[in-house]
Amino acid sequence: MATEFFSHLKCRECGRLYPKKAIHVCEFDFGPLEADYDYNLIRSQISRARIESRPQSMWRYRELLPIDGDPTVGLQVGFTPLVKARQLAQALGVKELYVKNDTVNYPTLSFKDRVVSVALSRARELGFKIVACASTGNLANSVAANAAASGLKSYVLIPADLEASKVLNSLVYGTNVIGIHGAYDQVNRLCSEIAGKYGWGFVNVNLRPYYAEGSKTMGYEIIEQLGWKIPAHTVVPMASGSLLTKICKSYQEAVRVGLVEESHFSIHGAQATGCNPIALAHKAGTDLIKPQPKPNTIAKSLAIGTPADGYYAVNVMRKTGGSAEDVSDAEIIEGIKLLAETEGIFAETAGGVTTACARKLIEAGKIPRDEPIVLCITGNGLKTAEAVQPHLPSPRLIKPSLREFDQLVAAELQGSPATV
Amino acid sequence: MPILVSIPTPLRGLTKNLDTVNGTGSTIEEILANLEKEYPGIGERLVDEEGRIRRFVNIYVNGEDVRFLQDKATPVKDNDEISIVPAIAGG
Repeated sequence: MATEFFSHLKCRECGRLYPKKAIHVCEFDFGPLEADYDYNLIRSQISRARIESRPQSMWRYRELLPIDGDPTVGLQVGFTPLVKARQLAQALGVKELYVKNDTVNYPTLSFKDRVVSVALSRARELGFKIVACASTGNLANSVAANAAASGLKSYVLIPADLEASKVLNSLVYGTNVIGIHGAYDQVNRLCSEIAGKYGWGFVNVNLRPYYAEGSKTMGYEIIEQLGWKIPAHTVVPMASGSLLTKICKSYQEAVRVGLVEESHFSIHGAQATGCNPIALAHKAGTDLIKPQPKPNTIAKSLAIGTPADGYYAVNVMRKTGGSAEDVSDAEIIEGIKLLAETEGIFAETAGGVTTACARKLIEAGKIPRDEPIVLCITGNGLKTAEAVQPHLPSPRLIKPSLREFDQLVAAELQGSPATV
Repeated sequence: MPILVSIPTPLRGLTKNLDTVNGTGSTIEEILANLEKEYPGIGERLVDEEGRIRRFVNIYVNGEDVRFLQDKATPVKDNDEISIVPAIAGG
């Protein structure tokens, strides 16, 4: 499919146009570059029926993604379940609640596979042989796996103190894992220096305009899975703030290309209190993001103290009538357990953040109880098991004896007769 | 002692490839105005049409972001070090 749906890169600040190369910053005012499309052409070619006839992956929205040819990386990524969460809805006291479950995204169990499949497909089109990233873990896992599967060499740079499982889930793919003594923001700064010097394809530096667009597919899927409707409320975790802005863009684009009726929607942002620069700005009524030099939270995947899209995220929440919230480590653990115990979904710490913030926003009346709500759950709990482990009971151990089991059950039922 | 202003790589084409230049003035606003006099064209790269420091330009006085001091009215004095640093995108 050789197409010209994706026309150029455009500065989000001044609107200057740039060619579709591995660049990410406006030369004039340093604003971020974003992919821009020929929406009239897309509108004339895309339709619900056409999308529905395609394989169930994120690439069914191909027209709205920034590559030139057919995708070559991550063809099976996306189209994760949208779960109607009846028991969680009951626990939170709301009428209609859904979980967009990217804990089971393919292949590395987080929403990052979406952004990486776009970034690496584009990296190949641009001729890169080495790809790399700065990451809090999930992105590193996805770059490592998808690079391995597509024959690209990769380097992933991460803060040295990440969860063991997130480190292992990069190492296993044979990538070059470089741990940096420092916080994510320092890793990121180093990566922009490396990108300038080595000419590699850094998915979230010089390929960022392509990478970031992959997040939109989460929004398109939510719309399609709701029966081509935009949910009234979407709760999104915020690290750099990019996912939140792209969910908003996906809803707006779906209207613009004629896939769905225009309807009012609010986007709400969730952060951990230990790293809440975006939520703090929103609550203070400003869009000036004060960097958090030393993030301190178990939600390490959200621990970005200098969020690149913070300004845009605050404005999306404000313009859509959304709100921002942040939660403590204890609330994050409760959120993880609540989602697991009510819906059988084991989310990583960021999912605990989203669930706990949703609860707070509902209780505060900022999300009405009678309108549809979607929670974006972006990563798998097995990757941050060490954060939850101290808060779970140990298994009870017995010998392989029916008598011991009977005693155990009897003790639990406190003397009441066992029922079959 | 002069006020030193460090210039980021993308703007050095406007400062005769100098990575550090001398600043004059008693506030950031004056420093920027005088920079423009000496190196025409640099002003619009740092400040927008309404006179605000551009969103993706950070200006630090002795390591402190002026946005969290007094913005363009932030006072500067001899020996101060001013850094102009484009925001880092990423994450």
